[in-house]
Amino acid sequence: MDAIMLQEKLVERLLCPRVRTARQKEKQYVGFATLPNQVHRKSVKKGFDFTLMVAGESGMGKSTLVNSLFLTDLYKDRKLLNAEERINQTVEIIKHTVDIEEKGVKLKLTIVDTPGFGDAVNNNDWKPITDYIDQQFEQYFRDESGLNRKNIQDNRVHCCLYFIPPFGHGLRPVDVEFMKALHEKVNIIPLIAKADCLTPTEIKKLKDRIREEIDKFGIKVYQFPECDSDEDEEFKQLDKELKANWGQNNNPSLCVQECTPFAVIGSNTVVEARGQRVRGRLYPWGIVEVENQSHCDFVKLRNMLIRSHMHDLKDVTCDVHYENYRAQCIQEMTRFVSLCEKESDEEKSKLAQDNRMESPIPILPLSTPDADTEKLIKMKDEE
Amino acid sequence: MVIKNEEMRSLELSGQVGFNSLPHQVVRKLVSQGFCFNILCVGETGIGKSTLINTLFNTTFENEEADHYEQEVKLRSQTYELQENTVKLKLTIVHTVGFGDQINKDESCKPILDYIEAQFEKYLEEELKIKRSLSNYDDTRIHICLYFIAPTGHTLKTLDLVMMKKLDSKVNIIPIIAKADIMSKTELGNLKMKIMTELQSYGVQIYQFPNEDEEVGEINSSLNAHLPFAVVGSMEDVKIGNRMVKARSYPWGAVQVENEEHCDFVHLREMLLRVNMDDLREQTHSRHYELYRRCKLQEMGFKDTDPDSQSFSLQEMYEAKRREFLKELQHREESMRQMFVNKVKETEAELKEKEKELHERFEVLKRMHQEEKRNLEEKRRELEEDMNAFNRRKVAAEMLMGQALQGCSQQPLKKEKDKK
Repeated sequence: MDAIMLQEKLVERLLCPRVRTARQKEKQYVGFATLPNQVHRKSVKKGFDFTLMVAGESGMGKSTLVNSLFLTDLYKDRKLLNAEERINQTVEIIKHTVDIEEKGVKLKLTIVDTPGFGDAVNNNDWKPITDYIDQQFEQYFRDESGLNRKNIQDNRVHCCLYFIPPFGHGLRPVDVEFMKALHEKVNIIPLIAKADCLTPTEIKKLKDRIREEIDKFGIKVYQFPECDSDEDEEFKQLDKELKANWGQNNNPSLCVQECTPFAVIGSNTVVEARGQRVRGRLYPWGIVEVENQSHCDFVKLRNMLIRSHMHDLKDVTCDVHYENYRAQCIQEMTRFVSLCEKESDEEKSKLAQDNRMESPIPILPLSTPDADTEKLIKMKDEE
Repeated sequence: MVIKNEEMRSLELSGQVGFNSLPHQVVRKLVSQGFCFNILCVGETGIGKSTLINTLFNTTFENEEADHYEQEVKLRSQTYELQENTVKLKLTIVHTVGFGDQINKDESCKPILDYIEAQFEKYLEEELKIKRSLSNYDDTRIHICLYFIAPTGHTLKTLDLVMMKKLDSKVNIIPIIAKADIMSKTELGNLKMKIMTELQSYGVQIYQFPNEDEEVGEINSSLNAHLPFAVVGSMEDVKIGNRMVKARSYPWGAVQVENEEHCDFVHLREMLLRVNMDDLREQTHSRHYELYRRCKLQEMGFKDTDPDSQSFSLQEMYEAKRREFLKELQHREESMRQMFVNKVKETEAELKEKEKELHERFEVLKRMHQEEKRNLEEKRRELEEDMNAFNRRKVAAEMLMGQALQGCSQQPLKKEKDKK
C-alpha cells in the first residue's frame, strides 16, 4: 500500500470523531475532538499559498522539474539567450504566479525564477537574490507592524530549490558560497539535477560527497523533521513505515537523511513504457521514468515538498528565518535611534536622555514607517 | 658565373626505375623514428576528460581525481609510450585542472594560452639555434585540443565561447559534447545545431577535416557533419547479448560506447586516430606554429623586406641589430657615467661650501671670544686700579690718623709748656 495513502487515511480518522465516540462511551463526551475538523474546514475555505524559489545555472532542468512537480506548464514563451549575450549577464528575478486547485483545496503558487545565475564569466554577484528575499521579509514586517492587518499578503520565500550539476565531483565554490549566503534566510533544499547521467554507484558517491561537504562548510540546509515524541503511536509507526519505504529497494533501513540531496530528473513529455503512459525521457538505450523510484528521487522530492512538508516549510520560514530577520531589524533600529539621540544629546538637555530610557521598543511613529526604514536601509548599506 | 635554366619538361619512362618506393622509404624512416602526438584536454572538473582518453586509447592511464577548490587553472601533463603493431607512439596528454571552478573566471584562459605558446617558443628557439637538431627534437607542441562542452541542454556556456575564441588561432580545436548520455536524440540534434551556429556567429574557427583528398575526403566530409561529437566514455565491460562491450549500465538500460546509435565515440576515434592524426600534426606545424613564429619575429623587429624592397638575410639583420644594441649600450654607459661625474661634482661643491661656512663661524666665534677676553682684562685692570687707589687712601688715612694722634699728644705738652 502506498505510504502516502496510509498517511491520508490516518488524518481522515482524526477528522471523523464518530469512530472515537464508540471507544469513549464511558466518559462524558465534551466535543472538542472535532477541532481538527473545524480547522480543516476553515483552512480549505481560506486557501493556501506557497512561494518556491528555484536557483541554479541555466540548462539544469529547473523549469522542467517545476513543470513535472506541479503537472502544469508554467513557462510559456520563454526566451533563452545565446552564450554570447550572456557573457556579462547579471542575475534577474522573475515571478510566476498560478492558482491551482485539487479536490477543493486551492493553492496560490508563486515560483521565483533566477535567470542569469552562474551564466556570466564572473559570477560573484547574487545580491539581487538575497535582496529579493530580504525585501519580502521587510514588507511583511512592515505589514505586520501596521495598523490595518486584515489583508497581509505573504510573499516571503518559503523554500529554495538549489540545483547542483551532476557533472562534477561534488560541490563547487560557487555552490558553497551561494548556499552560505542564503542558508540563514530561506530553507534550502539542494538537488542533484539531470540525474540520468549518473549510474546508481555514481549517484551514491556524489550524494555522500555532497553531504560531507555540506557538513564541512557548515551549510544549514533544510532538515526534514523527525516525529515528535508526543505524537500518536500510530502516527509514529506510520512515519517509520514512510521512512522505510523511502529507502533504496535493496536496503529498506535507509532513512531519509541518507537520500539527500535528492537526485532528480524532470520531463515535460509523456512516453509509453511497460504498457503505460508515463512521464519520462526516451533514449535509444532505454526509457527513464520520472516517477520510478529506482530511476530517481523525484517521487521522494514531490512527497516531501508537497504532500507532507509544505506546511512545515512555511512554518520554519515564519518561525525561524522571519523571526531572525525581525529581531535583527529591531536591534538595528534601536541602535540607530540611540545613535541619533546621542548626537542630539550633546546639544539638548537631559530630557532627551529620559526619553531614551523609557521605551526599549523604537518610538518610531508607525504611521510613517517608510522614512525611518529607509534611513535604516541607508545606514545598513553604508555599513 | 652565369647559370642557364632550361624550361622544365616531363619525360616518359621506358622501363621500371624504382623511385616509386620513395613513399615507402619515408614511411620506413618515420616508423623507425617513432611518432609523437600531443593532446590537450580542456574542460570542467569531472566532465570526463580522463575517462574519454582512457577509452580512446583502450588503456588506463593513471589519474588523480581533482577537486573543485583550485584557486587557479593549472595544467598537468603526462607522457606515455604506446606501441601498436610495429608503430611506436609517444603520446603526451595535457589536462586542465580546476578549469571552470573559480567564481571569477577571467584568469582561466591565461595559463592554457601560456602553455601552448611556451611549447611554440621552445621550438622556435631550437630552430634559431646555430647548432640545432630538429630531426631529433622532442616535439611538445600541442597538436590538438579537445574542448569538452557540458551538456546543459540549451547552449554553450559563456566561458566556453570566450575560451574557444582565444584558442582557435593557436591550436586545432575539436569541440566535444561530454556525458552525452544525458540527452535524447532530438535534444542532441538541437544542441549540436545551436552550438555550431553560435561558434560561427562568434567567429570561432574549429578544426575542419580536410576533404580534398579522394581517399579520405568522403569520410571526412561525413565526419564534419557530426561536429561537435557527442561522446560517452567508459572503461567498464558490460555483457550485452553474448559479447562484452564497453558500456555504462543504468537501471533503465545500458549505453554502449561503441554503438553509433548511442553516441559519436566511434566517429571521434576514427577521425582522431585512424584518419587524420598526421594532418593534425601538419596543420599545427604549418599553420599555427608559422603564425606564432611570424608574430614573434615581427615583434623582435625582423622584417622580410626593408623599405627598398631588397631581401635581407638573417645574418645581416642579426649583425645590424647587434651593432645597434652595443652602440646603445655604450651610449647609455656614457650618459650614466656623465651623470655620475656631475653628481660627484655637485656633492663636492656642496661639501666645500659647508666647510667654508664652518670656518667662518669658527672665526666669528674666535673673535667674539677674544673680545670678551679683552673686556674682561680691562675690567680686571680697572678693578686693580681701584683697589690700589683704595689701598693708598687707606694708608694715607691711617697716616693722617697717626699724625693726628701724635699732634694731640704733643699739644697738651705744648699747652703745659705755655702754662709754665
